[in-house]
Amino acid sequence: MKGLQKHLGLVALLAMMAALYAIFVLAPVELTMGVVQKIFYFHVSSAWVGFLAIYLVCFCSLRFLRNRDRQWDIRAAAAAEVGAVFLTLNLVSGPIWAKPVWGIWWTWDARLTTTFVLWLIYMGYLMLRRLVDSPEQRARLSAVVSIFGAVNALVVYMANRWWRTQHPQPVIAGGEDSGLHPDMLLALLVTVLAFTLLFFCLWKMGCDLERTRDSVESLRRTAQRHLREVR
Amino acid sequence: MKFWSQTAAILMKDLLTEYRTKDVLTSMLLFGLLVILMFNFAFEPDSEEIRKFGPGLLWMTFIFAGLLGMNRSFAAETENDTLEGLMLSPVKWSSIYLGKMLANLLFLLLAQAIILCLFSILFNYGIWPRIGWMAAITFLGTLGFASVGTLLAAVAANTRMSEVMLPVLMVPLVLPVILSVVLATAANFAQPPEEPVMFFWMQRLAAYDIIFVILPLMTFDYVLEK
Repeated sequence: MKGLQKHLGLVALLAMMAALYAIFVLAPVELTMGVVQKIFYFHVSSAWVGFLAIYLVCFCSLRFLRNRDRQWDIRAAAAAEVGAVFLTLNLVSGPIWAKPVWGIWWTWDARLTTTFVLWLIYMGYLMLRRLVDSPEQRARLSAVVSIFGAVNALVVYMANRWWRTQHPQPVIAGGEDSGLHPDMLLALLVTVLAFTLLFFCLWKMGCDLERTRDSVESLRRTAQRHLREVR
Repeated sequence: MKFWSQTAAILMKDLLTEYRTKDVLTSMLLFGLLVILMFNFAFEPDSEEIRKFGPGLLWMTFIFAGLLGMNRSFAAETENDTLEGLMLSPVKWSSIYLGKMLANLLFLLLAQAIILCLFSILFNYGIWPRIGWMAAITFLGTLGFASVGTLLAAVAANTRMSEVMLPVLMVPLVLPVILSVVLATAANFAQPPEEPVMFFWMQRLAAYDIIFVILPLMTFDYVLEK
């Protein structure tokens, strides 16, 4: 387990370096937007990880409700924490790109709103976990909430699409005139891969951290018991 | 059949409690009036602005008042230690959910009807020609709101700060309802009324209601179990 994590970190590091090379050296500078377009690779990749994570949280929660294994609760919690970080990156990188290109930091457009709402769902989930004292109850309640969150992420997206959209249309598998320069596409794919690997690496570390907390807690309890006996 | 009579028993219990204490309705109504009062002084709206912001303001009032009311539905049970009694009673837990959800739905609809009348009087907002459709929209919107809210109230009642936890969990989850119901209401009260737009959003509301009535019924047992 330990070895695997070490290698995952190394692989993620290599992929991240390849991504940086692809973004800043290989991919051409965009004609109209200029250098600021480079944010796009990080922005899309962190959004992908943020949305992937909520479904992983939901999946782990369903597994937890099915077999009541604490390990699945730990996995769900760690995925939510890391996913929230990536989604925050996405929400921060978006406005930095939007200000020079759109002229505004933020607009209440379909995708922006969906992401923002998903971020709030993450925050609600993480806050709930802090505010329930019993670990067993915390696991159950947050699992239920995560199922709602995952379903709702889809519904919010659809609701917003019917409402209004200003975000750039999908550049991959979009309309006829859309499409990316092959080198840009390559850079994007490498970055998405690197971010995904980084996510899995951080996820594993988060799980290990939680398990360590568990064992520290049980050690402390044993120590206190022994102490009481000695006295 | 038994399921429905059990649900009705839970519903009657909540209605009776409310009839005797009048806690929920009074607090929702007073709170709703306060929001309207603040709105008046914050914006000093003329009749044009009321047309424009009325639907949004109405639903903001309904939602804040509703959050206040729904928080009580499980908080009162945990405070009085009666939730265990309910759980031990020989009823399916999903009928506890459904009974409480229907009670919340009734309280909300009643409070909304009164707030809507007061709003119409205080701001000279013409609702009567379109009141039938308004009732339908309000029912669809409030159903989705009450079904998610009742489940999350049960979740929040188990936390240390339930009165904060409920809005934090709930508002992002009912955002599609808020969006659809405000747009449907605006289309209904537009001059002239825009019926195709209204029906479009009412269909979306109905679809949301179907998903979010079934999902709590499936997951409620996990919330209650101890």
